[in-house]
Amino acid sequence: MLVMVLKRLGGVILTVWMVATLSFFLIRLAPGNPFANELHSLSPEEDAARRREYHLDESYSVQYGYWLWDLCRGDLGDSMKYRGKTVNALIAQTFPTSLALGSMAMLMALVVGMTTGVLAALRQNSPTDYALMAVAVFGISLPSFVFAMLGIVLFVFGARLFPLAGWESYRHVILPAMALSLPFAAKISRLTRVGMLEVLGEDFIRTAYAKGLAERHVVIKHALRGAMLPVISYLGPAFALILTGSLVIEKIFFLPGLGTIFVQAATNRDYNVVLGTVVVFSTLLCFFNFLVDLSYSLLDPRVKGSTGE
Amino acid sequence: MTALLDVVNLRTSFPTPSGLVRAVDGVNLKVEPGGSVGIVGESGSGKSVLSLTIMGLVACPPAIITADKIEFEGRDLSHASQAQWRGVRGNRLAMIFQDPMTSLNPFLTVGDQLAEPLIVHRQASAADARNKAKELLQRVGIPAASERLDAYPHQFSGGMRQRVMIAMAMACEPALIIADEPTTALDVTVQAQILDLMREIRESAGTAFVLITHDMGVAAGFCDEINVMYAGRVVERGSTRSIFRDPRHPYTKALLESVPRLDDPPGGRFLPIPGQPPDLTSLPVGCSYAPRCRWVQPGCLETAPTLVPVENDPARTKACFVDMADPKGQV
Repeated sequence: MLVMVLKRLGGVILTVWMVATLSFFLIRLAPGNPFANELHSLSPEEDAARRREYHLDESYSVQYGYWLWDLCRGDLGDSMKYRGKTVNALIAQTFPTSLALGSMAMLMALVVGMTTGVLAALRQNSPTDYALMAVAVFGISLPSFVFAMLGIVLFVFGARLFPLAGWESYRHVILPAMALSLPFAAKISRLTRVGMLEVLGEDFIRTAYAKGLAERHVVIKHALRGAMLPVISYLGPAFALILTGSLVIEKIFFLPGLGTIFVQAATNRDYNVVLGTVVVFSTLLCFFNFLVDLSYSLLDPRVKGSTGE
Repeated sequence: MTALLDVVNLRTSFPTPSGLVRAVDGVNLKVEPGGSVGIVGESGSGKSVLSLTIMGLVACPPAIITADKIEFEGRDLSHASQAQWRGVRGNRLAMIFQDPMTSLNPFLTVGDQLAEPLIVHRQASAADARNKAKELLQRVGIPAASERLDAYPHQFSGGMRQRVMIAMAMACEPALIIADEPTTALDVTVQAQILDLMREIRESAGTAFVLITHDMGVAAGFCDEINVMYAGRVVERGSTRSIFRDPRHPYTKALLESVPRLDDPPGGRFLPIPGQPPDLTSLPVGCSYAPRCRWVQPGCLETAPTLVPVENDPARTKACFVDMADPKGQV
């Protein structure tokens, strides 16, 4: 078990390093530079001074050396656009917003998806089942920005339940998180339903009923765990999609999140900020996938490396 | 002595697109306390559905279940609510299933699964249930029981899993255990061990058994009384001794002839029963076995025979018009 955990953690570090290295060279190969844009540019002397300041006058390999050394010490460098701000500070300032949005959306997707999925499976081929699955098809087919717009029309201008945009109170997070979570809730709902139906057809479910257990008990204790396996394996990709989805949602609701910073940095060619956010995003993604793998072996005793072996 | 289980005129059917499947079609079954009754028949003869119906485990709807009486320990269960069923199942009435590989939950430890009936029916505390679970494992002959409590089913062999299933069925000391093909998925040597275990439980705890099997040998070794089922009906009933020594129904006779025996001459052939079991959606008007029967008479195709006593012995009944000793003599 411990060996497996360490191996997977090594894999996480290796992947993040590879993603960061690739991004390091790619962003430098992109046309444009951090100190100029279409509207104004620095004088040649100032430009040279800035380049010296950020080591951009050195060769790529030397730059990479500097950057990697800093990264290992946990220093992501200074922003090239926002003078006097470190990347660490920018991320520290925006990350909580994205984290709140993302985890709220994930939580909503799991709660809504699993409840409706279990309900649909228990009432298989009933009107409830059909209605839930019809809604789920919409949820899967429509991108989250459509829901965002729809949500704004219905709940902001219509019911006046939520504020339009910004980031001041918990009420500001609900609508964006809802819009972000809907496609995932839909997908999780379908996966739960299928997983549940499969498990409910197993012999050991009949055994559980033969012991005199109530349906609630059979579903929660005997069926849910097995039914969760397809959902768990979807959570890895879902997390990646929630991250990218949050870029769009943050833009629509004017949320001061990491996604907004990332998109701005990419257009500004703010090398350090781009790389910083890439490192954060990829670490998160890899770590989450690691957790998913881990939970697999915790859920299913037959998976190798789990405590049962 | 009143019967422990008294089932009268039980019918279980399933509506399907191609018609109503009459899986169990008017079966009577009586089990005395401590008795052991065998139900023998081919695949698809309705014996498993019969046992699941008696356990109240057939979902209804879609199934349609009717019975004049399903009396267990003096209580009629034919109109019992789900809550009443739950109180009986796993408590006074338990079941052992065919495939021990799939009948145990792979996600839960064996100790957990053994403790469940005790917690549900006896309101046992977790610690008490665990202790009892350990005793149960020891009782069914699983070595190092206290360590094995925390093992998962995939860490047990097939025979050991079936022992766990038996331990689970015994947890609340039921009056009746229905064993549905308990040895079919096991090696022959393990089969004998499992049957020995069941026999030992029957003798020491006085638990009655209903044994469902397609294996005449298994039934002969375990049961006092045998019911031969064909196409959802009991076609012959009698003590194990009389059924084996003197089968009176052509189907029973054919079944016995199809079993290889040690005293058969080497190189001899088995006698299979020609044809297929009938389609349960469209049973023939007369006797369901008539199309395959060697002794078939014109009358057999017109009216279905009912169970009648053989030679005025009420313990011995058959549903057949033909006297096999003198095929022309009846109808």
